[in-house]
Amino acid sequence: MITGWFTGEGDGFRLLGTRCSSCASVFFPREDVHCRNPHCAGGTLEETPLSRTGRVWSYTDARYRPPSPFASDAELPWEPYALIAVELAAERIVVLGQAAPGITVADLAVGMEVEAVEGVLHGGGEAESATTWNWRPTGAAS
Amino acid sequence: MELAADGGGVMTGDVAVLGAGMHPWGKWGRGFVEYGAAAARAALADAGVDWRDVGSVVGADTVRGGYPGYVAGASYARALGWQGARVTSVYAACASGAQAIAAARAQILAGLADVVLVVGADAAPKGFFRPAGGDRPDDPDWLRFWLLGATNPAYFGLYARRRMAVHGDTPEDFALVKVKNAAMGALNPYARYRRRVTAEEVAASAVVADPLRLLDICATSDGGAALVLSSMEFARRHGAARPVRIRAVSTVTPRFPNPVLDLPDIATDPAVAVEPPEETFRASIARAAYEEAGLGPGDLDLAEVYDLSTALELQWYEDLGLCGAGEAAKLLREGTTAPGGRTPVNASGGLASFGEAVPAQAVAQVCELTWQLRGAAGERQIEGARVGITANQGLFGHGSSVVAVR
Repeated sequence: MITGWFTGEGDGFRLLGTRCSSCASVFFPREDVHCRNPHCAGGTLEETPLSRTGRVWSYTDARYRPPSPFASDAELPWEPYALIAVELAAERIVVLGQAAPGITVADLAVGMEVEAVEGVLHGGGEAESATTWNWRPTGAAS
Repeated sequence: MELAADGGGVMTGDVAVLGAGMHPWGKWGRGFVEYGAAAARAALADAGVDWRDVGSVVGADTVRGGYPGYVAGASYARALGWQGARVTSVYAACASGAQAIAAARAQILAGLADVVLVVGADAAPKGFFRPAGGDRPDDPDWLRFWLLGATNPAYFGLYARRRMAVHGDTPEDFALVKVKNAAMGALNPYARYRRRVTAEEVAASAVVADPLRLLDICATSDGGAALVLSSMEFARRHGAARPVRIRAVSTVTPRFPNPVLDLPDIATDPAVAVEPPEETFRASIARAAYEEAGLGPGDLDLAEVYDLSTALELQWYEDLGLCGAGEAAKLLREGTTAPGGRTPVNASGGLASFGEAVPAQAVAQVCELTWQLRGAAGERQIEGARVGITANQGLFGHGSSVVAVR
């Protein structure tokens, strides 16, 4: 359901955005039609990998099961996950993502360095949509 | 006459608030039309205006039925009895009520209608708000749930944690907002929660989205609110010598690049090509209202702000210019925003006491200002209130702020 948002595996995993050839704004999720900078006449939008690491802008967690369309097995006990908003310095953009499994809010701090890693989309189902991105403190065990 | 270059608009003219009415907030299990029609009838009775003499009805849409078409000005007009009035329906998420007021005001000032009925109501589901069904990956609101399970409280948690890291706010500061608002809500017959709450009770409630607990986060409620607005000339003819007047309505959008992760987005605008404006989106909402009203924060006697969470109420103090960045918790602790303080905030009890009935809420904020400015707010009256402001932000980039004076 989301295509072209990330690429690669392992250490090569990267989020993908698009860069305006005219003003250099980088958009994530990708803009493929027109640059959203009102001061820019609009260049071509070219796919570009985002920085692999960034710093925690803020974080929280989901102590209760989110409603649909979030997919989760209601038969299983709820396992809270953390959400991390990460500031990417080069792109000057903040990107929200789930923390890698096992990372809790106790492991996090605003300003901490984290990296984008491959993750499993909750209830993803179809093979092409079963992957997503997670944020993980740099150097944390996978 | 002043023109603002960035959406602030033109100095216009006042419109009169002839009547205000509400259906009590709660979890009543009935349809939104019933709540809206009850609020409308109360506002019409308060105004002393016959529904058949209303020239225009503006409805603030709910999407809980699945899409805005379920809810429109026409739904309320039908419930009140078709009488041929001009109809408008607006959707701006949490800011829908302010957009309805803005549309009504524009019609009055343009001479299209003398008297306009504004109605917002909702019947909220239990638990988290969620988007309408179906697979809709082109809807960012659907996407954030499907991809991340990022509920509204998750965003509130992010903002609260950010304040703690940047400004040194504490969970104890947040809890004091709830204590203050619950004490006022206990005095409001329209509030859903009418019990005082202690800081210990907030601290003992379950964590929903770290660092926020259940009692830091507003519930979702059923409720309805309505206003009868008219031209100043109609108000005079009608015998309302000194009505509450709406002096400004701010409905601005953000300016690129907005560096704050606003609901329901997964990422912010990039700031690599253009520096973010010095003023945040929320601060610009209030500033546009101040400019249009020719007033400043120092002129306010009270404010009704959108306390979706306790931490967000503190953020609004700074965005309204009641204090500098990072000073909100100090302002709260000094009692500046409590009854008896310089600028009481959420004398109604706020969302903390009401819970959110989305399209009704921005209308309800103006109902509270109306009663306060009339000196008719009973036990929660702010003495000598003459100038009030409301502030709110709707999903997708909808600013909302109303200045009322008397």
